[in-house]
Amino acid sequence: MNLKGNIRSLISIFVFFVSFSSTALAAEEVRWFDPQKTGLLIGILITIILVFGFILYVKKKGSLKIRSIPGLEAMDEAVGRATEMGKPILFSSGLGKMERVATMASMNILGSVAEKIAEYNTPLIIPNYDPMVTTVAQEVVKESFARTGHPESFKPENIYFVTQSQFGYVAAVDGIMLREKPATNLFLGTFEAESLILAETGNSIGALQIAGTDSTIQLSFFIVACDYTLIGEEFFAASGYLTKDPMILGSIKGQDFFKLIIGVIILAGGILSTLGYGYLINLLGK
Amino acid sequence: MRRQIPIVVCFVFGIFMLVQFFVPQPIFTQGYQNVLDWMQIIFVFALLVGALSFLILHLEKISKRQKDWIYNFVALSGLTAMVFLGFWKGIQKDSPFLWVFDNLQVPMQSTMFSLLAFFVASAAYRGFRARNLEAAVLLLAGLLLILGRVPIGEMLSSKIPEAATWVLNVPSMAARRGILIGIGLGSIATSLRIIVGIERTYLGKG
Repeated sequence: MNLKGNIRSLISIFVFFVSFSSTALAAEEVRWFDPQKTGLLIGILITIILVFGFILYVKKKGSLKIRSIPGLEAMDEAVGRATEMGKPILFSSGLGKMERVATMASMNILGSVAEKIAEYNTPLIIPNYDPMVTTVAQEVVKESFARTGHPESFKPENIYFVTQSQFGYVAAVDGIMLREKPATNLFLGTFEAESLILAETGNSIGALQIAGTDSTIQLSFFIVACDYTLIGEEFFAASGYLTKDPMILGSIKGQDFFKLIIGVIILAGGILSTLGYGYLINLLGK
Repeated sequence: MRRQIPIVVCFVFGIFMLVQFFVPQPIFTQGYQNVLDWMQIIFVFALLVGALSFLILHLEKISKRQKDWIYNFVALSGLTAMVFLGFWKGIQKDSPFLWVFDNLQVPMQSTMFSLLAFFVASAAYRGFRARNLEAAVLLLAGLLLILGRVPIGEMLSSKIPEAATWVLNVPSMAARRGILIGIGLGSIATSLRIIVGIERTYLGKG
């Protein structure tokens, strides 16, 4: 973005705030906080404190170790396999749009994967469901290829918009798999009913498959049909794991610590409730 | 500047969206509505870019007679025909556009969706093979759930549907909630990283 673009962005933000404040300021005075969301606010505040606390801790200490995640350890193998076989790698972020956190996480993983792919000059095919995701994916891959010193290997024609129809998208991706026979399929993002159709088609062509999504229902399908599946927070931790960025690793440690606290509270709540003390359960239920 | 401005935009809107969720003031509700309207406008332009890239990609492959170019021709013909029909007679009831949609597009989508039944069968066959203790437990739980959800299960014993419900509500729910807690925390942490600019790969910058 050049200077003109930057100025345009700033003007847009200004126009946004002026437009809504002018219409809303005259409205009647109401509450400043919704008390029904108190529990959620406390949870978010604790997460923020822990995440930033661990980021500061990592900044001081230098590095942190997180547990091994087989699905991410296999990323090198997946890229190497495609290179040895001389076949492409297929990446799909599913049906998610850019505003979804899972799609953001998917793009973050794509950046790291594209760097590995660029080193081996392996074709990377990315059919997209959303035009905005297409543009972001093109930019992410282009930058990754440039960062590794292989800008000439970037092929924008391999990252394209397919359709906004759910099963039209499945038909297109299945067709690509059957025609191009990719050695590796990466299904990382938001998936719905199409997850099993994609994963089973990939399985039928013998591709090594790594999947990750934020949908618990689709995770079970991926676990059955894929070689590796990123479960739960593993999917969101992937970018930190692959880049080894200490700041991201610190935030992962923070969320892990909060998970531990939640586990302890659940255990305590279970024991107290069994003994007939419902105080903790009632408190958390508010 | 090229890196900072998008990060500032992301930070401002990220904090705004977080605050508006908790503050039920009209100023924030209106602002949220404005953001949603903006997203619609941006999406329309993005869709135009998508359609254009779709056209260019397929035209290029057809003109170069690349491998399987006939499929590109079919895709492009479909797009052109629908645009033509839409402009020619509109998209109201009894229009050719809607006829093509109802009689071609919908059945094709249903066909793709119905493939799921066969894929579930093949995946279940692979997943339920009792190769080890865990797979055997999965097989037993699966059989119990299948029996508990059909009339023959109730006929065999009234305990079978109860056991199936217990499997769903206790061990399965416990596992699912564990994963959901991880996903929730992961989503919050990822959002925070994006809002404060620690994670900026989506901008094309590592």
